[in-house]
Amino acid sequence: MEVILNLASVQGNILKYNQILKKSDQLIKQNLEDKKQDSIRKEGRSHQLEISDPIVEIENLTLEYDGKPAIIDILIDIPKNHATAVIGPSGCGKSTLLRCLNRLNDLIDGVTIEGSVKISGEDIYDSNIDVTELRKRVGMVFQKSNPFPKSIYENVAYGPRLSGIKNSTDLDEIVENSLNGAALWEEVKDRLGESALSLSGGQQQRLCIARAIAVEPEVLLMDEPCSDLDPIATGKIEDLITELKQNYTIVIVTHNMQQAARVSDYTAFMYLGRIIEYDITENIFLRPTNKQTEDYVSGKFG
Amino acid sequence: MKKNSWKSGDPFIWLTGLSLVFSLIMIGGLLFLIMYKGLGFFWPSDIAVIELNDGTYYMGEISNREKKPEPGEAVAKNKDSRIQLKIGNRDLYGLDFKWIDENQIKSIEYPKDAVVLERLEWGNMYGFIKGIRSDGTTIATGNVESWPVLKSLLPKTHEIHKEIKRIEKKKIGDINYNISQLRLQIRKLELERGENKSSIKKLEEKIEDQNKLFQEEESKLTSLYKQLNQNRITISTIDGREKEMSIGTIVRAYRPNSMSIFEKLLIYFSKLWEFVSGNPREANTEGGVFPAIFGTVLMVVIMSIVVLPFGVLAALYLREYAKQGLLVRIVRICVNNLAGVPSIVFGIFAVGFFIYGIGGTIDSLFFKESLPTPTLGTGGILWASLTLALLTVPVVIVATEEGLAAVPRAVKEGSLALGATKFETTWKVMIPSAMPAILTGVILAIARATGEVAPLMITGVVKLAPDLPIDSHFPFIHLERKFMHLGFHIYDVGFQSPNVEAAKPMIFTTTLLLILIVVILNLTAIIIRNYLRKKYTLPGV
Repeated sequence: MEVILNLASVQGNILKYNQILKKSDQLIKQNLEDKKQDSIRKEGRSHQLEISDPIVEIENLTLEYDGKPAIIDILIDIPKNHATAVIGPSGCGKSTLLRCLNRLNDLIDGVTIEGSVKISGEDIYDSNIDVTELRKRVGMVFQKSNPFPKSIYENVAYGPRLSGIKNSTDLDEIVENSLNGAALWEEVKDRLGESALSLSGGQQQRLCIARAIAVEPEVLLMDEPCSDLDPIATGKIEDLITELKQNYTIVIVTHNMQQAARVSDYTAFMYLGRIIEYDITENIFLRPTNKQTEDYVSGKFG
Repeated sequence: MKKNSWKSGDPFIWLTGLSLVFSLIMIGGLLFLIMYKGLGFFWPSDIAVIELNDGTYYMGEISNREKKPEPGEAVAKNKDSRIQLKIGNRDLYGLDFKWIDENQIKSIEYPKDAVVLERLEWGNMYGFIKGIRSDGTTIATGNVESWPVLKSLLPKTHEIHKEIKRIEKKKIGDINYNISQLRLQIRKLELERGENKSSIKKLEEKIEDQNKLFQEEESKLTSLYKQLNQNRITISTIDGREKEMSIGTIVRAYRPNSMSIFEKLLIYFSKLWEFVSGNPREANTEGGVFPAIFGTVLMVVIMSIVVLPFGVLAALYLREYAKQGLLVRIVRICVNNLAGVPSIVFGIFAVGFFIYGIGGTIDSLFFKESLPTPTLGTGGILWASLTLALLTVPVVIVATEEGLAAVPRAVKEGSLALGATKFETTWKVMIPSAMPAILTGVILAIARATGEVAPLMITGVVKLAPDLPIDSHFPFIHLERKFMHLGFHIYDVGFQSPNVEAAKPMIFTTTLLLILIVVILNLTAIIIRNYLRKKYTLPGV
């Protein structure tokens, strides 16, 4: 009887040792991974991509909400006059990353940010930076269209007016150009005085784009701009993005992978707050180097 | 399968419907009662001559009919009815009304030549015209001859009245104002105790000049009054008494028994107009309520002007700038509770803080010369309006906060993302978006403020204030003045009046007017709000 008990305890011990071994193995692997990450960090790139003319340079960016990290150690350069997509499952921090670029996260209590974000070589988290000036340089289009409860004209003229443009002929010109730029002019030119809320969902979103480009930003951030829209409206916005990237640097967050594939030149895949892979869009979708990227783009999770 | 009516909720739907119907019936009943009692007040009803079995006659308007009450019984079981007759002629009879048992009545007649004279004093006179004399010589005798003469004389006396009023109000008012200003200047110089006897002397001379002007105007007045009282009319009452009086005291004369509906309507509207646009007479029981209307509206307007910015700014701080925490939550609870504090408490606070505190201090600093008569250290329309603003500011704060909270976060971020500062976002996006909600708050505030009487009674409302808070004397708006208010007017006429019976219909008319003013003020605000809504949003969005 005792023997059996002994044997049982020995077996139990063996199981325990096995677990410990597994754990230590994991730890070693983790360590290795970390070291790899470290070496990558030292190299300055989490990917093999060299961007010759970056407009946005993000280095070691970590953001925490009340001590809980939302994005970790982001290291990415975004090329000028191209569309860069950020894809990833919900909650991976892609919107948070986007909102770091125009410091919209400043509005939230309990946010701490480390690392640096440079736009055109200027650190935007420097204490000397005027946030309102920054936001004029970095426009944003939101997930849900958010026109102001004003007329169509006033919506587009809102930004230029903030910059102090008062001359009505100048404003008229800016409004027309911006609406043209957002491919909305033909549809609304006869009803500029009407409430912006009388437009359809897709038109409202294009109005928001027009409003954003009216201040001629260097970078245009788009936070899932088509998630509320039907396929036809989505198609129009995508055409517009293709058009706009001639003149603007576009960073678009989306969880629609086809959309990323269609409109972007570069794609970053984010998972649990980290950038897993960043490459030319074609490579991400056709020849991903990372297993997680592959699983995600082939639809195994997310 | 049997349908379970409890589970389906049908009885509940019936219950909700019934509650609504009940509320509507109550509101409708209230309005109907007030309109029925109030609007009939101006109708020139026929004059009845009642002969009783014992041979006495009474003459007047039948104003009421009820079951005859027995002493000691709460509910009248008696089958006999009695009627109330407005017999008027208060100077002769002492009482305006007389109850007559119906079974005592022998006959009721409506003589064509019975005449009603509305007078400046002593109320209505009912009787027959006997004759008219001018400067002691008879110019008309008998009813047939006198009536046209009276009709032709009345417009002239009205002209003279207007002229008298103009002189009294404008000319003599100006002179009095100038004199009191000069006196104040003199007192100011005296208080300074300097060597300024010469300038005091100059001022005294000016007062002398004003006094001379005053005497001139007064002599004009005397001659006008003489003109006014030159023509006298003699009326014989139904019980054979005769009364001679000046035609100048007659406001209106008509013979209802021989008038067509159209003519009666004319009289009706002219009385209605007098009510709305005239000054009160006879301890508020007759004449108009214009000063009360004016006071009510002006007070509400001042209140709105004060309460709107205060409430909106406070709500903005609470919602946009204050760090949301325990303290803000406590403040919010306090604000909500403030809306439930009885209004008289605010009145007492206003007396202590506004009137004695602020007003008294301002008086002792800037209006030394008129002390001990207080200028701002006493009740006035400014203090009353501020009291009401204090009373209603929680309503505006709560409504504004709700309006601001309802602005989507995305809209606010959209503005910030375009490079607007928080201040610009607040003024250009948040407030316009919350404007309909803010105006809803103001509408509620107006509705509450117009209905308040209690705090006003101790902060500046008076029974009679012939001087409006706005007039032609610099600085034109005199917010320190006391004023009249419709709500208080109702209380005063109904319960403090020497002639309650006569004033009863007037209470209902005034109530109707108050309701009407509340409706008009609210409608104005609602129209503005709907306009803004239409401007900014789609219907149904």
